[in-house]
Amino acid sequence: MTVSDTRLPEAPGSPPDPPASPGWQEAARRWLRSTSTGSSTVSVLMTAVLLVVLFGAGSIRYENFGYPQVALNLLVDNAYLIVLAVGMTFVILTGGIDLSSGAVVALGTVMAASLLQAGWPAPLVIVAVLATGSLLGWLMGLAIHGLQLQPFIVTLAGMFLARGICFAISGPSIPIQDDLFTAVAINVVELPGGTFLSYGAVLALVVVAVAAYVLHRTRFGRTVYAIGGSESSAALMGLAVGRTKVGVYVISGFCSALGGLLFSVYILSGWSLHGIGLELDAIAAVVIGGTLLVGGRGLVVGSLLGVLVLGTIKALIDFDGGLNSWWTKITIGVLLLVFVVLQRLTARRAGSAS
Amino acid sequence: MSPAAAEVPAAPVPSPLPEPVVAMTGITIQFPGVKALDDVSLRLFPGEVHALMGENGAGKSTLIKALTGVYPYDAGTVTLGGVEQRFATPADAQAAGISTVYQEVNLCPNLTVTENIVLGREPRRRGSIDKRASRERARRVLRELHLDIDPRSVLGSHPIAVQQLVAIARAVDTDARVLVLDEPTSSLDAGEVAELFRVVRSLRERGVAILFVSHFLEQVYEISDRMTVLRNGRLVGEHRTADLPRTDLVRAMIGRELATLEDLEHAAPRPVEDGAVPRLAASGLGRRGAIEPADVRVHAGRVVGLAGLLGSGRTELTRLLFGADRASTGRVEVDGRPVRLRSPRGAIAQGIAFLSEDRKGEGVVGDLTVRDNLLLALQARRGWLRPIPRRAGDEMVARYIRALDVRPADPEALLRNLSGGNQQKVLLARWLLTEPRLLLLDEPTRGIDIGAKAQIQELVAQLAAEGMSVVFVSAELEEVLRICDSVVVLRDRQVVADLDASDTSLDGVVDLIARGNARD
Amino acid sequence: MTDRSAAAPGRPVDGLLARARRSPVLWAVAALAVLLLFNLVANPGFFSLRIQDGHLFGNLVNVVKNVAPVLLIAVGMTLVIATRGIDLSVGAVLAISGSVAFTVVEGAADPTSGGTAALAIGLAVAAGLVLGAWNGFLVSVVGIQPIIATLVLMTAGRGIAMLVTDGNIVTAENPVFDWLGGGFVLGLPVQVVITALVLLAVGLFTRRTALGVLIEAVGVNPAAARLAGVRARSITFTVYVFVALVAAVAGLMVTANVSAADANRAGLFIELDAILAVVIGGTSLAGGRYSLTGTVVGALILQTLTTTVLTMGLPDEYIRLFKAVVIIMVFLLQAPRVRAALRRRRGPAATAGGAAGTPADAGPVPPDPVRPSVPEPAAGTGSVPGRPAEQGVLR
Repeated sequence: MTVSDTRLPEAPGSPPDPPASPGWQEAARRWLRSTSTGSSTVSVLMTAVLLVVLFGAGSIRYENFGYPQVALNLLVDNAYLIVLAVGMTFVILTGGIDLSSGAVVALGTVMAASLLQAGWPAPLVIVAVLATGSLLGWLMGLAIHGLQLQPFIVTLAGMFLARGICFAISGPSIPIQDDLFTAVAINVVELPGGTFLSYGAVLALVVVAVAAYVLHRTRFGRTVYAIGGSESSAALMGLAVGRTKVGVYVISGFCSALGGLLFSVYILSGWSLHGIGLELDAIAAVVIGGTLLVGGRGLVVGSLLGVLVLGTIKALIDFDGGLNSWWTKITIGVLLLVFVVLQRLTARRAGSAS
Repeated sequence: MSPAAAEVPAAPVPSPLPEPVVAMTGITIQFPGVKALDDVSLRLFPGEVHALMGENGAGKSTLIKALTGVYPYDAGTVTLGGVEQRFATPADAQAAGISTVYQEVNLCPNLTVTENIVLGREPRRRGSIDKRASRERARRVLRELHLDIDPRSVLGSHPIAVQQLVAIARAVDTDARVLVLDEPTSSLDAGEVAELFRVVRSLRERGVAILFVSHFLEQVYEISDRMTVLRNGRLVGEHRTADLPRTDLVRAMIGRELATLEDLEHAAPRPVEDGAVPRLAASGLGRRGAIEPADVRVHAGRVVGLAGLLGSGRTELTRLLFGADRASTGRVEVDGRPVRLRSPRGAIAQGIAFLSEDRKGEGVVGDLTVRDNLLLALQARRGWLRPIPRRAGDEMVARYIRALDVRPADPEALLRNLSGGNQQKVLLARWLLTEPRLLLLDEPTRGIDIGAKAQIQELVAQLAAEGMSVVFVSAELEEVLRICDSVVVLRDRQVVADLDASDTSLDGVVDLIARGNARD
Repeated sequence: MTDRSAAAPGRPVDGLLARARRSPVLWAVAALAVLLLFNLVANPGFFSLRIQDGHLFGNLVNVVKNVAPVLLIAVGMTLVIATRGIDLSVGAVLAISGSVAFTVVEGAADPTSGGTAALAIGLAVAAGLVLGAWNGFLVSVVGIQPIIATLVLMTAGRGIAMLVTDGNIVTAENPVFDWLGGGFVLGLPVQVVITALVLLAVGLFTRRTALGVLIEAVGVNPAAARLAGVRARSITFTVYVFVALVAAVAGLMVTANVSAADANRAGLFIELDAILAVVIGGTSLAGGRYSLTGTVVGALILQTLTTTVLTMGLPDEYIRLFKAVVIIMVFLLQAPRVRAALRRRRGPAATAGGAAGTPADAGPVPPDPVRPSVPEPAAGTGSVPGRPAEQGVLR
C-alpha cells in the first residue's frame, strides 16, 4: 500500500532504498520472514513456548509432574492423535478439512478387532485396515476434486459412512486378544534414565518425520502448500493439483486408519463408538500448532506440539484431581480462541503492511 | 457485421519472414449457443512482440485459452515450431514452451519468490528437493532479467508489479519460447510499466515470441511489432504496428468511427459563481500511511478529476470521501454543513455515491440478478423493513436497463454472466437510483470495451449538466482532461496541484505528476 | 426470451420450468418422493394416521415431530450459511440451554409452578442469545472465520453445560415442560406448531421484507454489500444470534422430550444434521442464494430416513449407513459436474437451454445497434433518468 513498496527497485527516478543495517535481531527477523513458512515458524515457536510454560507450571504445582516419563507419556497417550493430526495437517494445508477422521479411527478399531476375531493373521489385518482408510480417503478426494463438492460436506458424508459401516460390522465392543497387538501394546522401547516410549509413540514420531520430509522436500509437498496459497494459480502453473488434492485425502484416510490401529493397540478393543469427536481434537491441535485453516501456512511439527499442548492440559487436570473433566473442554476452547484471535491479529497486521 | 472487415485497409504482410514459432489456423470454438471463435488465425514470430487487439468479447482471452490448453477447440490447428500440437492442460502447453502471465498474478502468495519460480520443476538431489540449487537458479534468472528481488522473500510481501515480474521470471526459467502476457499492465503505474517493458524487450532480443494483450493503445504502440485484431470472435486482420494508424486500429476493433469520444470535448467549462457554497468541501482530509491531508472542493454540476499514478493516493482519497476508509485527520462539509464520514452508510445518507475501482471485488454481487443488483443500494438505504414494491422496482429496473443500454436486457439474468462493461453500467445505475448529489467514480472505464467507455463518459457529462457533482478518477489523463472541469493532481500521496481543466495541457499534468513541485 | 422480458419486465412464464429444472431443490424433492414411495410399497403402515383424544398420531406425525428441533436449527443455519457462514456450536448451545432450564427447575423452591418454568425458559433463551452474540461478535467484529469461531464454542460449550449441571444428568418434572414435550395444539404436537410458526415467520420476514436479498448480497460479496450501504456487519451478527436463539428453543424441546438435561449427549451432532439439511435443500455452503423450502425438504429427508429404518424393524445402527448413502446420492445429483454430464447426455438442445443460467446472448454482443443515444429518457427533461416516477413511488 505504501508508495515505496509499489516502486520498483530499478524504476527510473527512484533510487533503491539503502540496505538496512544488519543487526542480529534484523537477521533473525529476516530469517523468520524469509522462510516460506515464515509466519508459521513464529506460531510454532509460540506453541512451543506455551507447551514449556504449561509443563513448567505443572512441574512446580504438582510434585510428580516434572518427571521425564510424564513428558514421554504425553507422546505415549496421544500417539494416535498425533498421527491423526499429521493427516489433518496435510488436508488443512490445502485449505480443506476432514471430518471423517474420528469415524475412520473407529472403523479401524472395529475392523481390526473383528478381523482378528475371525482369525485373520495380524499383518494382513493391518494391511486391510490401512487400505480401507486410504480407499475411503481416495473416494472422498475424488468427490471433492472431481465433482467439486465442498470438503466439509463430503467428509461429513464420509464420517456417517464410516460410522455406519462400523455399526454394520458390530455394534458392541470387541476385545482384541491377538498376540502381535498385545505384544505391541505391552512392550516398550527402553530409553536412558529408566524412561520408555511405547512402540506406538515411536511410530507416531516417525510419521511426523516422514510427513515433514514429504511436505518440504518433495514436489508433492510443495504442491500442497501451493494449492493452499492459491489453487487456481497452482493449476495454471501446471502443477498436479488434482492428484495432490486427492492425495492429501488419501494421506488423511491412511493416517486415520493408522491412528485407528494405534488406538486399538492402546485400548485393545474395537468399538463403533470409539473416537467420537476425535476429528475436532485433531483440528484443534492443528490450529493450536499454528496452521492457518485457510491453508498454505503451517508446519507438521506445529501439529505435534499442538497435540502435546492438548495432552498437557488433560494431564494437568488429571493431576489436580480437584478439577472436573469438563474443564479440559473449556480450557481447550479458550486456548483455541486465543490462538485464532492471535492468528487473526497477525494476519491483519500483515495485510496492512503489504 | 461481417462486411465490416472489409473497411480495414488490407496490409499484406511482406513475404520474407522467419518461420512462425506458433501458427494457429482456422481456430473455431463453439460455446453453448455462441460461436466464441470463428475461423481465427494467429501467427507468432520469434523475437517479436505481437499485440492481440479487440474489444471485450472479441475473443481475445478465448484465443489465448485455446493456445494455452485451457479450452479445447472444435476446429483448426495449432502448430508449435512447425509441429502440430493439441494441449490438453496448461501444464502441457508449459512443457512445450508456452508460458502465460495473467492479469491477476497467478502465483502463490504464501510461497517464496524462489519457490514460485521453480515450483513444479525444482532441482532434485537423490529424490528430494535441493533448496540451495533452487535458490541459485532463481537468483540466476532474476539476475538475467536485472531484477533486484530477494529470492528468499515471500511473494505476497511484494506489490503486484513485482509479482508480475516474478511471473515472467518463472516463464524465463521454463525456457519459454512463447510468452503470453494477458493484460499485465492494467494495475501498474508508469514506472512499473517501463520496468515491465524493459524486461519484455530483453526477452524479445533473446528470440522469445511474445503475445501481448492490453487495453492501453499507447502501450501497444510502444511495445508491439505486429498486431492481430479480432472482432466478435472473428479475425479482422494482422498488421505491422508501424503500418496501422491508431484511428484505423480503433476502427478495426469497434467497426465504427469514434466520433463520440471526440465530441465530448465540452464546449464551455461550467463556471463556478463567486461565493457559491461547494457541494462538498474537504479540508485537510487525510489518513495515516495512505494519503497526506488534502483539500478537495466540488461544486454543483462540476466534474473534478483526480489525476495521478497508481499509489499516488487518488483511490485512497476517494475512499475517504465515501467513508469506505476512515480519515485520521480533516473535516468534510456538505453544502456548508460539517459532516463526519465514518462509513459508507453515513456517506450515502449525505447523498454521496461511490463506484469502486475493484468492480469484481467491491461492486458486482455476481450470484444475484441484474434486478437485485440495481436495487441494492436503494434498498439498503431504505432499510430491510421497507422493501421496494415489486412493480415500482420492475419499472425502475426496466428504465435503467434501457437508459444505460445494458445487455442482455434481462433483469433476471445473473450479473456475473454479463460482460465487464455491462456490469459497470449496472453498478452505475445502482448508484443513480439513489439519486446522489455527489458521485465518486474510481476508474469507471478501466478494463471495459470502448463502446461502453464512451457511453459512460457521455453519461458523466450529462449528469453534470443536470447538476450532479462528480469526482472522476482515471489512470488515463486524456480522459480526465476531456471530461473534467478541474483536475486535482496527486503525487506520492499528496495533492500537488488543483487546476482548471480548460487551461491545462496534457503535458502540463504529466509534468506535475513527474515532478510534483508546482505546489508553491 | 431475453427480448420478451425486456419488453415486459417480470419473469417470463416459460422460463419458470427451466428455472425449476435448474433448481437444486428439485433433486431434494425427488429424493423425498422416492423415500415416501418406497415406504408406500414396502411399509404401508407408514402412512396410517389415527386420531386419538383429538390428537393426531402416526409415523408421519412422528416424522414431523422428531424433525422439529433439527428443522428449527436448520432454519437458522440456512440464514447463517447464506451469509457465507456456518455455526458448529448449535449442539453445544442446545445442551447449555437445556442444562440451564432444568437446573433452574430442579433448584427452584416450587419446581412445578408456571413461574419457575417461565424463569427457566427465560434464562435458557437468554443464555442462547448471549452465546449467539458471542459467536456473532467473533465473526462479524473480530473477523474470524465462522467455522473456527464457532468451533471454539463447540469445544468449550459442552464443558460449560457440564459446569452448569455439575456433570450430572438433571431430571425435573414441570407441567409446562411436559406440555412442551408431549402436548398438542389443534391436534398437532406443540413442537411441530412452534417450528411451523418460526418457519412461517422467518419466511415472511426474509422474503416479504428486503432482508432476504440483503442477506444474500452479504453472502455473495460482503465487500460490495458494505459499499452499497448494506449493514453487512449487523446482518451477520444478527443471523448468529438468531441461530443460537432457535438452538436454545430446540434445547428446551429436546430436554422436555425426555424430561432430562444431559449436558454430554443432548443435541450431539445436531449441527451436522442441520447443516446437512440445509445443503441437501440446495443452499450452497459457499453462501449466497438460499432456499428455506429446500431446508424443510432436506430435514424431512433425513428424518423420514430415520423413521423408515426404525419402522422397518432394522437396528438403528443402520441409520447412519443409510443416511450416508442417501446424502451421497443427493450430493452427486446436485454436483454441477454431474448435472452437466447428465445434460450432455440428454442432447445439445437441453444443454443450450440449461447452461448454468447463461443468457443466450451473453457472449459477443451484436455490434450494430450498440449505441442508441445514451440515457434516452433523460434527454431534454433536465433530470436523471427515471427520477420523476421514483419520487411518486418511494417518497
